[in-house]
Amino acid sequence: METTTISQAKEKWMAALGTSHAYASGSVAEAFERFDFPTTRDEDWKYTRVARITNKTWVKSDAVEACDVQSFLIPGLDAYTVVFVNGRYNAAQSFLPTEQGIHVSHETKLANQRASYNHFFQAYADAACTDVVNVLVEKNARISKSVHFIHVVTNAQVLAQPRINLIAMHGAEVKCIESFVGTESAKSFTNRTLDIEVQENASLIWDKIQLENDAQFLMNEENVRITGNGRFTINTLTIDGGWVRNALNISLDGQNIEANLNGFYMPRRKQFVDNHTKVDHRLPHCNSNELYKGVLNDQSTGVFNGKVYVHLDAQKTNAFQSCANILLSDDATMNTKPELEIYADDVKCSHGTTTGQLDEEALFYLKSRGISEDNARRLLTSAFIGDVVSKIENDAVREYVTQQLVQRELLVA
Amino acid sequence: MNLISINNLHARIEEKEILRGLTLDVKPGEVHAIMGPNGSGKSTLASVLAGREDYEVTGGSVTFNGKDLLEMPAEERAREGLFLAFQYPVEIPGVSNMNFLKAAVGEMRKHKGLEPLAAKDFLKLVKEKAALVELQDHLANRAVNEGFSGGEKKRNEIFQMAMLEPSLGILDETDSGLDIDALRIVANGVNALRSPERSFIVITHYQRLLDYIVPDFVHVLYKGRIVKSGTKELALELEERGYDWIKEEAEANV
Repeated sequence: METTTISQAKEKWMAALGTSHAYASGSVAEAFERFDFPTTRDEDWKYTRVARITNKTWVKSDAVEACDVQSFLIPGLDAYTVVFVNGRYNAAQSFLPTEQGIHVSHETKLANQRASYNHFFQAYADAACTDVVNVLVEKNARISKSVHFIHVVTNAQVLAQPRINLIAMHGAEVKCIESFVGTESAKSFTNRTLDIEVQENASLIWDKIQLENDAQFLMNEENVRITGNGRFTINTLTIDGGWVRNALNISLDGQNIEANLNGFYMPRRKQFVDNHTKVDHRLPHCNSNELYKGVLNDQSTGVFNGKVYVHLDAQKTNAFQSCANILLSDDATMNTKPELEIYADDVKCSHGTTTGQLDEEALFYLKSRGISEDNARRLLTSAFIGDVVSKIENDAVREYVTQQLVQRELLVA
Repeated sequence: MNLISINNLHARIEEKEILRGLTLDVKPGEVHAIMGPNGSGKSTLASVLAGREDYEVTGGSVTFNGKDLLEMPAEERAREGLFLAFQYPVEIPGVSNMNFLKAAVGEMRKHKGLEPLAAKDFLKLVKEKAALVELQDHLANRAVNEGFSGGEKKRNEIFQMAMLEPSLGILDETDSGLDIDALRIVANGVNALRSPERSFIVITHYQRLLDYIVPDFVHVLYKGRIVKSGTKELALELEERGYDWIKEEAEANV
């Protein structure tokens, strides 16, 4: 019975796509043949239900709509901006880099389809890509300002499938921030793909701030390839949003690479947050550090699936993974699944996932000093996610994230 | 008038009855020491008064400043002026001592209808009170009790008490695990806080602490009741003779 329903949903989505989509043949078309929407029977989607997304219809925005992004800028952050409104690149609102060494270009169509696809949504993202932005950071260029990508949704029924491609060439250094926001009337499915290449000795920091409303659904995929001596950090900060899935695929394809994946999520009400990470150690002498923390309230659900592969050649690998969670409510659920596959024998790898409640002793201690139950909880949860917040290096960004959490009464400053 | 009046208090944890009819009155400015053998209910008394929810009060009453203490949640008791110095202060990683104190002092002032302290005045207060227990400045900036030595934790308790200025301080085996120097510092801190309005209940296993914090009254707790009361000389007698004679007397009176 279920298959029938999902097939109907797929039919509807395919009809919305029309026959004129970018890739009527090749790997996209093959993927559409092969895949229906993922279900909880698919290992990668075991705890991730997509019915809330697939039972609706979403429409690609034909026009590039106007929108004042002033209120979505980060106070005190001196940055270039790349703005997408309803998935469409908005040149008028963007402030593109003016300095040497960085080039931002825009295309309405993807240059290529991929060799193969893993699930329906990947193929759909390419078939109905809303806009493409390419960022090239030249060899040895150190970009003085951060680049802030802002995705704003202003309408209902929006299908936003932007693609960002970034190449940090040999020795380049660049810092990016990406925020996902919506106005009050926003209802959307954003399926954003980010392809990154961090070349030899280059360095990239990516702070991703998810601030959508409860009627917005957000799927992110990051494909990152790092080569020798490269450094890459991604901070995935999920503050708000009805349904969020982050899929990070990090390939350490050289020696002496450092990759850091940090994240926090604080879902409440009926929000859903899924972090799927895959760290692929291919060669020796690389370090990866993964730190995720979650505080789940009300009837919210969280998923953490962390895969670490250490290939036979990847000797002297240090790979650490930690995912710690606090449930504030009896109705909140956290699903964690670390997966380590280690084929090299001279490595240091560790993983730990925990899900618990706030320390009752600590709560009593705080209350015994006159602090209210709510504030005591907030002090403890703030402390809990504090070590992830402190991973945000940029002061203005950290302050902004803190303020967003304080505004939502999720954190005490 | 009594600051606190404990009347025929019964309390249990799970199925075990620990306090079995404890009665004690403390007037403003008095220092009462409570001694007793292990398992007599000393720490239970402290926990019940502070509002720890693991304990169930099954009978009796406690009136604090004219109000029903047992009706109040822990935070309300603290705001009304009751302070418990923990036997085992809790380490709270990630919460700085300063933020913690700021929150606590803020709630206390709000309760009293006072404006929040300006940052400058708060820092001045911290410096002044930390000096009372010779607590180094850098400890104030660390996470609450995290990595503190046993002595530092106990000094931090007294420091917090000095910051919050309660009308009743309950010291739960504050002397346990302290060397003689730390003991002297802690006792000096407590003595500096003694005043005609402020009372203390000093729970201790050993007479040693009472050389430094001299009590007005000494009570012996046994099997959840006060079985003997006296002045500071009683503590000395207990030190000399142990608790067996008390137990025998108590059993004979049953």
